[in-house]
Amino acid sequence: MTAGDRSVVSAGVVLGAAVGVFGIAFGVGAVAAGGSVWQTLAMSLLVFTGASQFAAVSVISAGGGLAAALGGASLLAARNGVYALTMSRHLGGRLPTRLVAAQITIDESTAMATAQSEPSSIRRAFWVTGLSVYVFWNLGTLIGALAGSAIDPARWGLDAAFPAGFVAMVAPHLERRLGRRAAVGGALIAFVTIPFVPVGLPILCAGLAVLVGVREP
Amino acid sequence: MTWTLVLTLAAIAYGAKALGLVVVGGRVLPAVVERCLGLVPAALIAALIVTDTFSSSGDLVLDARAAGVGAAVVLAVRRAPLIAVIVVGAAVTAVVRALGWLA
Repeated sequence: MTAGDRSVVSAGVVLGAAVGVFGIAFGVGAVAAGGSVWQTLAMSLLVFTGASQFAAVSVISAGGGLAAALGGASLLAARNGVYALTMSRHLGGRLPTRLVAAQITIDESTAMATAQSEPSSIRRAFWVTGLSVYVFWNLGTLIGALAGSAIDPARWGLDAAFPAGFVAMVAPHLERRLGRRAAVGGALIAFVTIPFVPVGLPILCAGLAVLVGVREP
Repeated sequence: MTWTLVLTLAAIAYGAKALGLVVVGGRVLPAVVERCLGLVPAALIAALIVTDTFSSSGDLVLDARAAGVGAAVVLAVRRAPLIAVIVVGAAVTAVVRALGWLA
């Protein structure tokens, strides 16, 4: 492993740990919303899309129905499909490997992977980050579901840990002109749409910014 | 919370992820599609930074997270290690929030 790979591994673990604290908060919230410990664990193991899970639980605890809970949560989950489209050619591998990779195709693993330049580093960053987040998210959920009282992630500024990390991860994309245009376009679209469309949709709308790549660079 | 919700959401979430990886597979797509897909992380991660920093349940807000992410931008421009950017971003947010600024 190069020094760059080692820093990816340690950053992946730090991100995972931050996710774990949110996992605790999710476990507590899901049980408080009437979920059993098994349902709560199953959700984190099977859905493994933090934003979607929080959205579904908050609709349920506000008294909302199944359709409302699924609608918002699905919008938040859809972007992982877009990540999968772009990660596909980097990951390679046979079908069973891909089906496992699919489950850990999320914000953190995609951002960390695409910040690398060597094909082997891209794959290593994807797996290390995805698996680290998976382990910590589920461990956190278990602790929260059983313990029933969480530390408040916001108190430690952990809600800013993700955008802060993403700032460093988007930086390599800004070295090329098309990357800069796509990033600025995506950010602007998100800004403008946040007040007007349901949570989750601004990030999907931002995907339109990739159309700056339609014309030759 | 019901098992119907848990399992339906699991199917939707996994289906979205698997579709992209399995449908595209290792195939080489037309150059223009490849070029656009290559820009997905730049566009979506930039959008994610905006929503994670400036939104709260569907509203635009300015709170302590902006200070932490601002510090992260300064460190990232100076090419600080990723861990430092994450830790300082969280720490600055926690301090600004504890002091009650930008609340």
